[in-house]
Formats: sequence, structure tokens, C-alpha cells
Amino acid sequence: MKLILNENMDDIELTKAYNEALIAVAKENPNVVDVEADVANCIFGPNFQKEFPERYIDLGICEQSLSSVSAGMSAVGMVPFCHTFAVFASRRMCDQNYISCAYAKNNVKIVASAPGISSGENGGTHHANEDIALVRPITDITIMEPADSAAMRWAVKNAAENFGVYYIRAERYGQKRIYADDAEFKIGQANVIREGNDVTLIAEGNLMLDASLKAADLLAAEGISARVVDIFTIKPIDVDTIVKCANETGAIVTVENHSITGGLGSAVAEVLVDQFCAVPMKRIGVPNRFGEVGQIPDLQKVMHMTPEDIAAAAKTVIGGKK
Amino acid sequence: MNVNEVKKLALDIRIEALNMMSKHGFGHVGGSLSIADAIAVLYGEQMKYDPQNPKWEARDYLVLSKGHCGPALYSALAIKGFFPREELLTINEIGTRLPSHADKNLTPGIDMTTGSLGQGVSCALGMALALKIQGKDNMVYSIIGDGEAQEGQVWETLLIAPNKGVKNFIVMLDNNKQQLDDFVEKISPLGDVRKKAEDFGWHAVTVDGHDVEAINAAIEECKASDKPGFINLETVKGKGWPAKEGVNGNHALRGPAFEGVEEVLENMRKELAAMN
Repeated sequence: MKLILNENMDDIELTKAYNEALIAVAKENPNVVDVEADVANCIFGPNFQKEFPERYIDLGICEQSLSSVSAGMSAVGMVPFCHTFAVFASRRMCDQNYISCAYAKNNVKIVASAPGISSGENGGTHHANEDIALVRPITDITIMEPADSAAMRWAVKNAAENFGVYYIRAERYGQKRIYADDAEFKIGQANVIREGNDVTLIAEGNLMLDASLKAADLLAAEGISARVVDIFTIKPIDVDTIVKCANETGAIVTVENHSITGGLGSAVAEVLVDQFCAVPMKRIGVPNRFGEVGQIPDLQKVMHMTPEDIAAAAKTVIGGKK
Repeated sequence: MNVNEVKKLALDIRIEALNMMSKHGFGHVGGSLSIADAIAVLYGEQMKYDPQNPKWEARDYLVLSKGHCGPALYSALAIKGFFPREELLTINEIGTRLPSHADKNLTPGIDMTTGSLGQGVSCALGMALALKIQGKDNMVYSIIGDGEAQEGQVWETLLIAPNKGVKNFIVMLDNNKQQLDDFVEKISPLGDVRKKAEDFGWHAVTVDGHDVEAINAAIEECKASDKPGFINLETVKGKGWPAKEGVNGNHALRGPAFEGVEEVLENMRKELAAMN
């Protein structure tokens, strides 16, 4: 895997990267359509509209229709990318995503922006801390969380080229560049971002990968070698890499911008149990509480999702090794 | 339109639907019988389709948004040759291609999977929007129930379709006055639903939903309009089985509730024979 991995800010934020990637695939494939429900401006939708006015549809504020209308469009050959905030794309559209999209075997790409605490100042009503938990049990769905602009470009291209229902999380602000421009990804393949031997930090998304890399620095200062993994696709999940990390480092901390119930932490725990390789493990993420208003760094503190929290959890699981 | 042929098709649909549901011992009888005439007009006169090539690109689409009334549609598809009539008796058995609720991945000729009310008509809108973008003139029909129209998503569709300039789209409301629990009037009535649809921007008409000539004329009128079409079909739930018409408890029948069906079927078969 080709990495950039430095402290530079990404040249574009993830939502912009999504929009540019969508325009790029729409140039290649005349069936790609952008379907929106009145939060298009938050993901640079008007740029797509300018390029392809006839393939840009803003339905208005009607998330149930966003999902079902997209399913219907795909049934006659279009490739709809339907976007709204992650809270609505999961909680509000749940049955439509299930029946109209997945159960009916349609070809819909659900793009969920501002997931977890990245919705920040919009507050608890807008924090999708349970979206992965709601989407993950749906049969045959692919859940991706691209961590930077390079991963996002690959994700959008892959979703456009392959039939099926995708749920793509798009943090509203990307911060740190992780991957080289020409990095190659795979569905169901996690990427080791930093090598380490004492513990593995398995993270998703830019916000939590950034925090995990900082935690690895804190741990390194204490002589602890932490491996950092970007899970990339939460479903299908990379069983082989998780088992390998469990066997080689003997302890795991999952780090997610999501509730610790039903998301990445639960998915990794399921793998460890099913594969008979349970090792000491802790889950960092939103604890069992509702979201609340605040700026992202403050929310990380309140929800115990800081590099310091991750480093402390790492030391706890290392201490739990037999 | 050959009126006698379409009337025969409607009766044949009722016979096959009642036969398969009663033989199986379960089924949504009331709503399947109330839409038989509309289905007969669609498959006997209006829709373009090819039973040998169900995915024919030039075909017209039907989304049975009230997906629980699959038996009426399956009957029409079997009669028209999409699959053998004998297969109708496999309904709801393990491994069947004919589940209680319509499924596009199982049944030849079904264009959308439905069963969660309100979603099918919304999917149909998506089809019509996509066909408009593609510059195609295939028609998209969707049949919804009056109980189903209590779902908010139905009204999203009613708002969106005219606003987006969709014309190749006709929604037919099976206004049979009853829902699972009781009469619609007692639970949450729709009021003047034709007027409501008209106010939303549809070309909206009300017809006798058991008069095939009136239904056909309404479809022609909607197709000639530059708006999407809304046809309020005034129907009777359970139409064709006198003892079940418009009475509570006719939504879905199970086991002993089918008592008397053989006599009804016999009378229907005699009537059909007399029409030949």
C-alpha cells in the first residue's frame, strides 16, 4: 500500500473529494446520477449540477423518497448516488434502504455525509452514532469509510463500476492525508498504516485514524509499539488481517467515530470470537449516550475519543495479555 | 379495446387468484379481487410487454405498490404466458417464484419488489424519472391502496412527480374503502383524494374501478395529458365474491374463512364459459 502519511492537511476535504470523484465517474458513465434531498450544498452538489444538469435531481426534503426513488432509477439502468446526512441516510431511510434497495437487489449508492461526531455543532439530533449499527446487518450491503481523498476517489469509482448497494460514509472535514494518489484499495481489505508489535489500533475514518496515529506516537514515547490499521470497509470486514493482528500483537483497540455498540468494535469482536482468537480488546468510540452539540475536538474529549484515551486503552489491553 | 376480452381476462384473473389462495389456505383476497379489473385493462389492452422476454427494454412497467395483492398480478402474468398456469398453485410454498408480496427477483414479469407500503409508488417514480432522463417513452404504472395512502411516502411521490415534470407515469388508487383493521373511513379517511391529487398537480380522474371501459378511457385521458396521471378507482373490496364484498375481515383470509369459495369459483367459471 502506497502511503503519504505526513502531518500535512489534505488538499481537499472529503466531501469535496467525493463530489470531484462523482463528476469523474459521471464523465465515464452516462448512467451515473446524483440524487439529493436538500443538503446537496454541503457536499458541493451544485458542481455536479453545473456539469450534468440533466443527471442532477434534488428531490427536496424527503429522505424516504431519496432511497426508493434511487432504487427505482437503478431498476431501469441508472447508477444513482443518493446523498444526505448520515443521520437521515441510516435512521430515516432504514426500511427503504432495506426493502427498496437491498432486498429488491437494486443498484444504489447511499452516501452518508457528516457521520458520528463530525456533525459537530449541529448537535445530538444530527450525530449519526448508530448508522453503521443500523446498516451493517443488511444482507449484501457494502459499507465503506474512505479515510482521505485518495481512498474516496477509489471508493466512488468502485461503487460506480460494481452492481450492488453501497453505504459510503463521508466525513465532512478531512484533515490528514494518509494514502498516495495512486494507492490501490480492495473491498474487504484493511490497510496497515503503521507497523507495530505490542498492540493493534484498528480504526475507521480520517478523524479516528488521525487520533490513532497520534496515540501510537504517545505510546512510542513510552516504548510501546502500536500497529495502526485502517479498516476501510466495515462490511465485508477483513477477517484475515484482524486475525493476523490478534495473533501477532496479542491485543486490540478498535477506534471508531460511531457508537461502540454495533459498529467497528462490535464487528471486530465478532471476528475474534468466530475465529477462536479472542485477545484482550477494548472499544473506543461514542459510549452509550446521545450526541450533543460542540466542536469536534471538544466532543472527542467528552466522548473519550482522544489520542490519550486510545493510548490508555492500549495500555489496558496490553496489561490484559496472558 | 375488445371489451369482452378484457372482461373475460378480469374474470379469469379473479378465478385464478381465488383458486390459488384458497388451495393454499391463505391470501389477501379482498384487495386482489378489487384490482382485477384494473390489472385486466393494463395487461389486456394498455401495456406493452413480451411474455417470452419479460425484460424487453421497450416494455411498459407496472409497480404493484400494494404488494400483498400479488395473486391478482400473478394470475394475469400466467394467463398471458409469462409462466405456466399450473405454477400459480405453488404460491407461498418453500422455493416458489410466487411469494405473497411481489418480488422482481423471483417472478418473470414483476418489475419491482414491494411489500413495505408506500415504497413501491416511490420506486415507480424513480423509474419514470430515469426513463425521462434517458429520453424513453415507456409508461410506468403503479397501483396503490387507499389504506396505503396513509403512508407519508405516498404524498412525497404525489408532490415530487408533477414538480419534476414526469409525464409517463400513472398512479392508480384502488379505493376499496377498507384496510386491514377496519373501514378507511373509521381510521383515517382520505377525503376527496382526486381533488387532492389534482391540487398536487396531477391529471386526476375518478372512475368506477370495475368498469373496464371507464378505466381504459381514464388511462387514455391521462396519457394525453402533459401531467402525470392519477386515477381514483372506486372499487369494492372482495369484488366478485358476494359474501365477502365490503365486509370487515376480507383483507386476508385463512383456512376456514375460505368456506363457500368452491361455489363462488364454480359460478365464475360458468360465467366465463358463457362469455366465450
